[in-house]
Amino acid sequence: MSPSIPLQEMIRAIRSARTQCEERGVIQRECAAIRAQFRQADNGARSHNLAKLLYVHMLGYPAHFGQMECVRMIASPRYSEKRVGYLGAMMLLDEKQDASLLITNSIKNDLSHSNQYVQSLALCTLACMGSAEMCRDLAPEIDRLLRASNSYIKKKAALCAVHIVRKVHELGELFAPAARSLLTEKNHGVLHGAVVLITELCERNPEALERFRKTVPDLVQIMKGLVISGYSPEHDVAGISDPFLQVRILRLLRILGRHSETASDAMNDLLAQVATNTDSTKTVGNAVLYETVLTVLDIKSESGLRVLAVNILGRFLLNNDRNIRYIAMMSLQKIVGTDHNAVQRHRGTIVDCLKDHDASVKRRALELSLALVSASNIRSMMKELLLFLSSCPPELRAQTASGIFNAAERYAPSQRWHIDTILHVLTTAGGDVRDETVPNLIQLITNTSELHCYTVHKLYRALLTDISQQPLVQVACWCIGEYGDLLLKGECQETEPAQVTEDDVLDSLETVLQSHMSAPATRGFALTATMKLSTRITDNVDRIRSIVSIYGSCIDVELQQRAVEYNALFKKYDHMRAAVLERMPVIEKNSLGQTNGESAVEAIKAVQPATVKQGEPPLPLQPANQVCDLLDLLGGSEEPLQPSSVQSGTASGLPINNSSTAGGDLLDLLGGFEPTPAAPAPAVTVYEKDGVNLTLLCEKHSDSGLTVTLTASNSNDSDISSFTLQAAVPKSVQLHMKAPSGDFLPARGAAKVTQMVVLNNPNKVNLKMRVRISYTSQGSACQDTVQIDSFPGL
Amino acid sequence: MMRFMLLFSRQGKLRLQKWYTATAERDKKKMVRELMQIVLARKPKMCSFLEWRDLKIVYKRYASLYFCCAIEEHDNELITLEIIHRFVELLDKYFGSVCELDIIFNFEKAYFILDEFLMGGEIQDTSKKSVLKAIEQSDLLQEEDESPRSVLEEMGLA
Repeated sequence: MSPSIPLQEMIRAIRSARTQCEERGVIQRECAAIRAQFRQADNGARSHNLAKLLYVHMLGYPAHFGQMECVRMIASPRYSEKRVGYLGAMMLLDEKQDASLLITNSIKNDLSHSNQYVQSLALCTLACMGSAEMCRDLAPEIDRLLRASNSYIKKKAALCAVHIVRKVHELGELFAPAARSLLTEKNHGVLHGAVVLITELCERNPEALERFRKTVPDLVQIMKGLVISGYSPEHDVAGISDPFLQVRILRLLRILGRHSETASDAMNDLLAQVATNTDSTKTVGNAVLYETVLTVLDIKSESGLRVLAVNILGRFLLNNDRNIRYIAMMSLQKIVGTDHNAVQRHRGTIVDCLKDHDASVKRRALELSLALVSASNIRSMMKELLLFLSSCPPELRAQTASGIFNAAERYAPSQRWHIDTILHVLTTAGGDVRDETVPNLIQLITNTSELHCYTVHKLYRALLTDISQQPLVQVACWCIGEYGDLLLKGECQETEPAQVTEDDVLDSLETVLQSHMSAPATRGFALTATMKLSTRITDNVDRIRSIVSIYGSCIDVELQQRAVEYNALFKKYDHMRAAVLERMPVIEKNSLGQTNGESAVEAIKAVQPATVKQGEPPLPLQPANQVCDLLDLLGGSEEPLQPSSVQSGTASGLPINNSSTAGGDLLDLLGGFEPTPAAPAPAVTVYEKDGVNLTLLCEKHSDSGLTVTLTASNSNDSDISSFTLQAAVPKSVQLHMKAPSGDFLPARGAAKVTQMVVLNNPNKVNLKMRVRISYTSQGSACQDTVQIDSFPGL
Repeated sequence: MMRFMLLFSRQGKLRLQKWYTATAERDKKKMVRELMQIVLARKPKMCSFLEWRDLKIVYKRYASLYFCCAIEEHDNELITLEIIHRFVELLDKYFGSVCELDIIFNFEKAYFILDEFLMGGEIQDTSKKSVLKAIEQSDLLQEEDESPRSVLEEMGLA
């Protein structure tokens, strides 16, 4: 084909420009010339001019003035002009431009052109930039071409139909019948197009999916033909017959077999055959194997096949090609939840990939390693992970640190190991850990009272080496403040003894206070720790006094406030100092995410008598509207009801919650109250439905006080879990519910759940109680309410 | 489905861009700049796949040109590498031992070949022979078109 000389000369001219400015000059001149040419009447060089403009556009310069020229050239009868015109349309006219609609008519005409290459241009352009409107207009044409044309056009029409379906989902219905019939064609291009079209239809529309399931046998047949057939030179790639088509068919089979037993059965043999017979020495073979593995893991395949698939992934992991290893890890990540044991077998290889040089491979290996940590391999895995942390790229550090913490939290073999691990992370990557690490670690330390000595020694030593990692410094300061006396005693079972004098300790704290590397929060920690030491050391109290008074005029308001308060503690309230600064009580550890961690930090920041906060758990996070619901149910005669504070089903032995209104009254009630053994009054069944039985037992213990015991049992054949009770009573009655004995009701009444409710009825109103029962049975949640009007034994 | 394909040189010059989704001009430029930066920064032995925004990027370097494709979540990365390779083979067969200069000076032909090979982000024909034949025929048609025609021919009477 003869080259377009003017175009090439222009390209040469642009490339020889030595500076950006020179290039701009050349382009401006050329664009002016092109614009002038466009305005002229029909000349022979139109396509060359447009091509020049397209080149300029590719360099990044504006070319919108060529849009109308594209429209005109598409309408031209000459093929050369159409060709460039359509190319220009695809490059300059996307669906956001108004001019794109102008070519709809040209496309329509060209779709019925006698020459198939012109038809091809129109189809290609429509598939590339057709807007929803254009697609709607031209869909019937495409359908016609799908049915009655040669294979060259059919394959293009199929892909054009795919684009139309993506733009206008409803038109999928239109193409479904034609798509089905295309599967019988022999031409690979048409088959490929048909498979892509059917895939698109099935992904969009579940009904279409149902209908196309019937094609599974045909697809299996086609695949078999490809896999078993002899060498076909036209479609062969490195010994695999038409891998592109194979991959597409496998993907369609995946979608069709996903939730269907019958479909999955029909393809079982085929998948096994492909998995075993495909040559895996080249990338092509691996591409087909990869798709096969994805399909096997996604459909309802039999276990033997699944094992085969996971083994293929295992082989991939050992492949020299980095790409294949990456692919393998991505796939293993998807199944680590369901086929955990199978993936565990390859743990060694995965951990080795942590040392790979490629960042994407490292990331995959990290995620997979974290997913594979379990109680049995925690020690060795943690060693590897900590090693990784010290050398990992910065973008992965935060993820690694939090992953290590989670794993340590769940599987720590011993407290000391846990503390050591956290300290190690803080020293290596202290800057990347989350904020709640500090309070969590402090809580952990206070809870392991036998290791206080060891911990404080270790932290002190860490503080001496490096004070730049803020979380570490904060924890160290806190510990030194709390357990300074243990530090000074010198002896410690778990670690080498070291003589630490009071001056040394105060020196280190002062270094933290004065260092420019310390954040304001850290300095606050250090100041409080210094203060706490005033009751734990004997000789240098004056030094502490002087430090504290210096900071009374510090610029930082927070520090200044603390210093002033501590000063006051020295001067006016010296008698209280010992009590205020005594050792912190053990912090009750609640479930993760509760505010306990924060209340510990607050207790550090605000110097308050420790007694008030002692042992009091935060209110559980129950939604208020749940209880209000119950109140709504009791509309009618009674006065509005008082909400009860509801207990969550955690049988962690939490002490009783105080309802907000009761206040002091209830404290008295709590103080004087002890659960009495069963009274002579008989238990009454108040609710019996669906196998759940609830009985009630009352006993009076004072003039207005009453304890109600609710006992639940389950006579079904299946277990009941998450069993909870909620109660509402009339307004003047005070109620609180004690923690239930549990929330699990085993089948056939093997065990019962009891919950005690204490009522106080000072106004002696008519006592009623409405109880809501909620539980989960056989995977579905159930809820019911019952009203109790009479309380025997009252 | 392939969202787009880019060809660029080691110096960061774009040689070909094909977009299979409607994207604003401004966004295209931004994405191209970003991707070029990321891909050109990768070392030679690194993995050919990377994650970028919500797409997977598959790239391969042939001599001085980077071929870079963006595919969706469910697409097979390894077969995309094969698609890239097939495209390079087509260019090679057409131009006869293709080099970057061929693609620079005959960019519109590179586009024509790509449009005969991929459509809407999917392969049209899995047979190399078939694609090359179609391009050959189209070129012939273009040549006939450009050669001078007699008056009668133009009027459609001969």
